[in-house]
Amino acid sequence: MTEIKHHLTDDLLMAYSAGALPEGFSLVVATHISLCDECRARMLAFDAVGGAVVDDLSPVALSEGSFAETLARIDAVGADAGAETAPEPTTARSGVFPTPLQAYVGGDLEAVRWRRVGGGVRQAVLRVDRSSRVRLLHIPAGTAVPDHGHRGTELTLVLQGAFRDEVDHFGTGDIEIATEELDHQPVADLGEDCICLAATDAPLRFHGLLPRIAQPFLGI
Amino acid sequence: MAWVTEITAIREAQDRKAFAALFAYFAPRVKSFLMKSGASADVAEDVSQDVMATVWRKAHLFDPRKASVSTWIFTIARNRRIDILRKQRRPEPEELPWGPEAAPDQADALALQQESEQLRSAMAELPEKQKDLVLRAYFGELTHREISEATGLPLGTIKSRLRLALDRLRHQMK
Repeated sequence: MTEIKHHLTDDLLMAYSAGALPEGFSLVVATHISLCDECRARMLAFDAVGGAVVDDLSPVALSEGSFAETLARIDAVGADAGAETAPEPTTARSGVFPTPLQAYVGGDLEAVRWRRVGGGVRQAVLRVDRSSRVRLLHIPAGTAVPDHGHRGTELTLVLQGAFRDEVDHFGTGDIEIATEELDHQPVADLGEDCICLAATDAPLRFHGLLPRIAQPFLGI
Repeated sequence: MAWVTEITAIREAQDRKAFAALFAYFAPRVKSFLMKSGASADVAEDVSQDVMATVWRKAHLFDPRKASVSTWIFTIARNRRIDILRKQRRPEPEELPWGPEAAPDQADALALQQESEQLRSAMAELPEKQKDLVLRAYFGELTHREISEATGLPLGTIKSRLRLALDRLRHQMK
């Protein structure tokens, strides 16, 4: 794998650690961290901030019998053996998608249900709650994604191949954070099709008439 | 290595005395954390009991190279808050195989525990305004855009320490 050049920002990592991100952004962040040890170390550091916050809180009185009730919960599950031991974190992975993304797709790359969106580009919208929108993009080598701007923030993570836009060149594992000010037109590198995971917290703003008309049907 | 002994005793000997000590310190703080995050006293009580029961059951997953006990318990409480109070899913990064069974490096563990203590003192020294923003961020009161003003924390040394432990782990995996 190529070296990752474009990383997550502190505010995204801190918000992820604090549990304050929209679900779609959390998915992109968790997927990037799965590929990037630098950002994983930074995330763990922000988790440590959460630990310090808990340490410094003034204790609140527990209800009477709180400890006994907790022990009863432990014993109740113990009697019902096996029920809680099941979902251990998974580490083994084969394929293109890190495990957090596989959980949303229901499998790896071959499980994606693509829909054509014009110009050879295909997308698959992933189901998250209403606070954000997430889609996978498949951009054939050398092809451009429709020129667009953003009302909110758009996170784009490269999972395979690479693209270039007005800002820079983004390779596998890189993340682009596009704010309101940025209008860009990503173009996939020649040589390999590019697959990206993109999340927004507000609808995109397309400049061409056709994408604008199609937008409500595409769900982006 | 604050509380690491207690977690080890729970993991290896189902030691209820060790759990009682851990409970006495953490349960009232977890409850406080949940109430600050907007839960009623009743809900916070219920969820903190659930969090502490999870601490008991998942003691084997605690890794002292990766987190202090306070940090680990914070992540459990935060995830429950998202689950139960926010009713949202939280995607988690792929786990690396650095469970205790992978023969943890004692020096790495000790260093990380010390860094966590130092971070706590460094945070106590922050300007009042920044500290307040950090607290509000971790209680879930700020959006990610508002959070940008709370960043700029002294995280350099703990991050380097974690990065080192990760590099060592990658090396072992080869």
